[in-house]
Amino acid sequence: MRLLAVGCCLIALAACQRERRDLRPSPTSLAVFGSAGRESELQPGGAQPDLNVTNPYQGSAAAIAEGQRLFSWYNCAGCHANGGGAIGPPLIKEEWTYGGEPANLFDTIVKGRPNGMPSWGGRIPEYQIWQIVAFVRSLNNKEPKSATPARNDTIQQDPGALLPKSGGGVTK
Amino acid sequence: MKRAVLGSLAASTAFAQQSALDAAGPNAYRIKLLGAVFLVLLGLIFLIVIALALIPLARRHRGIEQEPLEQRNQPSQLTERKLAGSVGAATVITVLILFGLVIISVVAGKTVSGPSNRANALVIEITGNQWWWAVRYANDDASRIAVTANELHIPVGRPVMIRGTSNDVIHSFWVPSLQGKRDLIPSHVTTDWIQADRPGRFRGQCAEFCGLQHAHMALWVVAEPAEQFEAWLTHQLQAAIPPSEPVKQRGQQVFLNSGCVLCHAIQGTTAAGQVGPDLTHFASRLTIAAGTLANNKGNLAGWIADPQNIKAGTHMATIPVKSEDVQPLLEYMETLQ
Repeated sequence: MRLLAVGCCLIALAACQRERRDLRPSPTSLAVFGSAGRESELQPGGAQPDLNVTNPYQGSAAAIAEGQRLFSWYNCAGCHANGGGAIGPPLIKEEWTYGGEPANLFDTIVKGRPNGMPSWGGRIPEYQIWQIVAFVRSLNNKEPKSATPARNDTIQQDPGALLPKSGGGVTK
Repeated sequence: MKRAVLGSLAASTAFAQQSALDAAGPNAYRIKLLGAVFLVLLGLIFLIVIALALIPLARRHRGIEQEPLEQRNQPSQLTERKLAGSVGAATVITVLILFGLVIISVVAGKTVSGPSNRANALVIEITGNQWWWAVRYANDDASRIAVTANELHIPVGRPVMIRGTSNDVIHSFWVPSLQGKRDLIPSHVTTDWIQADRPGRFRGQCAEFCGLQHAHMALWVVAEPAEQFEAWLTHQLQAAIPPSEPVKQRGQQVFLNSGCVLCHAIQGTTAAGQVGPDLTHFASRLTIAAGTLANNKGNLAGWIADPQNIKAGTHMATIPVKSEDVQPLLEYMETLQ
């Protein structure tokens, strides 16, 4: 009888499988996603350092004009209007929810953002994304004056009239 | 063999025809006639003027001392009267001829701006774009509206009203064999009337400088008998047939999962871009890139791979396609009959 009980316990014990712990992560999961994807301004380690990625079209008037065309062709204006914001946040803004550096804007366009910004990755080729980035930044006077039109077709940005940090748009 | 070569040569020149002298419609005939009247009349006047200038040179010189140019030697009264008479007559004739030419020009211009009979007219909307033509067959019945690009099909003998506008800059619609030029202006609709009196393919060309690729902004007008035209139009109204072969299905997947869909539409699929040419019946067209290349697989491959090489400045995006996806994509595009 006792022998039977011990035997049952041993059999039950053998049925338990201990979870294996992978102490070393697999190389494919080592990627650290860039800070551009943040949804919060709070982050460990203080303010993020400057990004090294630069827009190859920085300061190019032709690229800004192309970006403006693509902004309307790919219907960015459908949500952001001509930069003033509609159902999407305004693009004329001093502080950007997901960062206003070229690399941040690139990430935002490629990855999309919560509450409606679609992910355009896999659709728009990289060079066109940089052109759109150049145009969007030109709306905020972040592109050199020599490259931006003196008189815009749509909204003209006045440096003194940047929206306050928390103003405008549905998503902060 | 020789006959075949000559035949194909003749066919190819017929295909490449773009000439106001090769008039194929009533309005083009009027323009050609007006041109002929101007040419003959003004040519005649030119010959007369040259002849009058040459005659004194050919005549024997009478010597300068017989008719000196000094003021005190006034010409006789008879000579004065003869001179005044000829100058007066020449002025009257010139003014009459000029007025006559103005009148026939205005009359011809008025006539070609409208059709002889407006009833039963076909209405086609043409929108100029940098650098291609969007074509839409208007109809009160929305299910009968056909959309295509860079190629018009029209029935022989039926007046066609062109309602033109532009999406960007001023273009000009010009099919020399059928009609004069008509500007396509942004935010404004201009109308024009064309009619083909015989079947054929007529080349058209943007006639207003519109940017980098103005020279590569051509279109073809295919005039065909009414039944053939109706069959074509009915076919253009159909959605694209979904491919059945796996390789073509793969090609469709490549198209629908890439940037192509941002600009191009294929009815019957999720591709619904509106800023580039509609590709629903792409394979049925004669050319690609607005008359730049003949429509065949090799040219299409080159066009997709590097559009800027073929048409520098074109708004066709350079979309990277993986090498193993190129062939399926091309085969799928060929199914869009």
